[in-house]
Amino acid sequence: MSELLLLFDLLLTVTLLVLATAAIMSREPRRAVILYIAFGLLLALVWARLRAPDLALAEAAIGAGLSGALMLAAARRATAAKRQHASQPGTKGETS
Amino acid sequence: MTPAWAKVLIPIVLIAIGAVLVWAFSLAALEGGDRLALIALERVPESGVSNPITSVLLNFRAYDTLLEVAVLLTALLGIWSLGPAAPAFQPASPILGGMIAWVVPLLILSTGYMLWAGGHAPGGAFQAGALLGAAGVTLALGGDASAGLPGETRLRFLSVLGVLVFTAVGVILMALGYGFLTYPEGYAKWLIIFIETAATLSIGVTLAAAYLGGEPRDERTSRSAT
Repeated sequence: MSELLLLFDLLLTVTLLVLATAAIMSREPRRAVILYIAFGLLLALVWARLRAPDLALAEAAIGAGLSGALMLAAARRATAAKRQHASQPGTKGETS
Repeated sequence: MTPAWAKVLIPIVLIAIGAVLVWAFSLAALEGGDRLALIALERVPESGVSNPITSVLLNFRAYDTLLEVAVLLTALLGIWSLGPAAPAFQPASPILGGMIAWVVPLLILSTGYMLWAGGHAPGGAFQAGALLGAAGVTLALGGDASAGLPGETRLRFLSVLGVLVFTAVGVILMALGYGFLTYPEGYAKWLIIFIETAATLSIGVTLAAAYLGGEPRDERTSRSAT
């Protein structure tokens, strides 16, 4: 049983590291945020495994859920602003 | 896009910060001596709540939590000063709308449970506030331009309520001869629940308002215009 748990912990740690790297390396903001949300949910599992249920709750609700929603909204606005910027080259000189 | 010097400088600064953090952690981990955790665990029964996390957050180190709530308020002020909010999402389809009508009351109910459970089990003001904020975000995703938040005057009052109640309790206790946020015996539990209730409301309102991402005045005029 303990070997199975060790395997689970190892898998969790490796997945976390891979997700973190993928989130940082991603060029597209939206994809980076989605990877970050997955990272946060797995991190909540890590806190639960470390017997810190309070932190696990906070991580899942605030770290993954609300920060994720906030960053998705920010990514949406950033993409919209960039698209507007690209479609109106005339305004470029005024804004920058 | 990024200047060349930034590409070199930013990783160097990040590595330096990381090295300092590793150094600080190794100092704390290697050095012997009394840990605060043991002292705090011993005195949990005196704190008025049986959950050790809540006893530290709202009693032993209440000052830290007060500052955390103030940080959230500052963040919200920053977001409000950025300009108008993003346009609202399109109204939800009947299926999504029906689901939202179920989920939002459940989230608010869970908020109350999480707040009360914080005294003896995992939970507390921040988790409860996050659930309340999630109810607002769900409403916003369903096309509600104000995320279920009240008008600007009440919204401003609700967002400062946490800091206000927290500080007021501290100052009144000081005036009565106790220390700042040093609860008198027997009243600790009710004072903690009182502060946590105000903090939960503030945190929930702050998170939902942060999701809208702009000053509240425009929200109200756009709602009355449509």
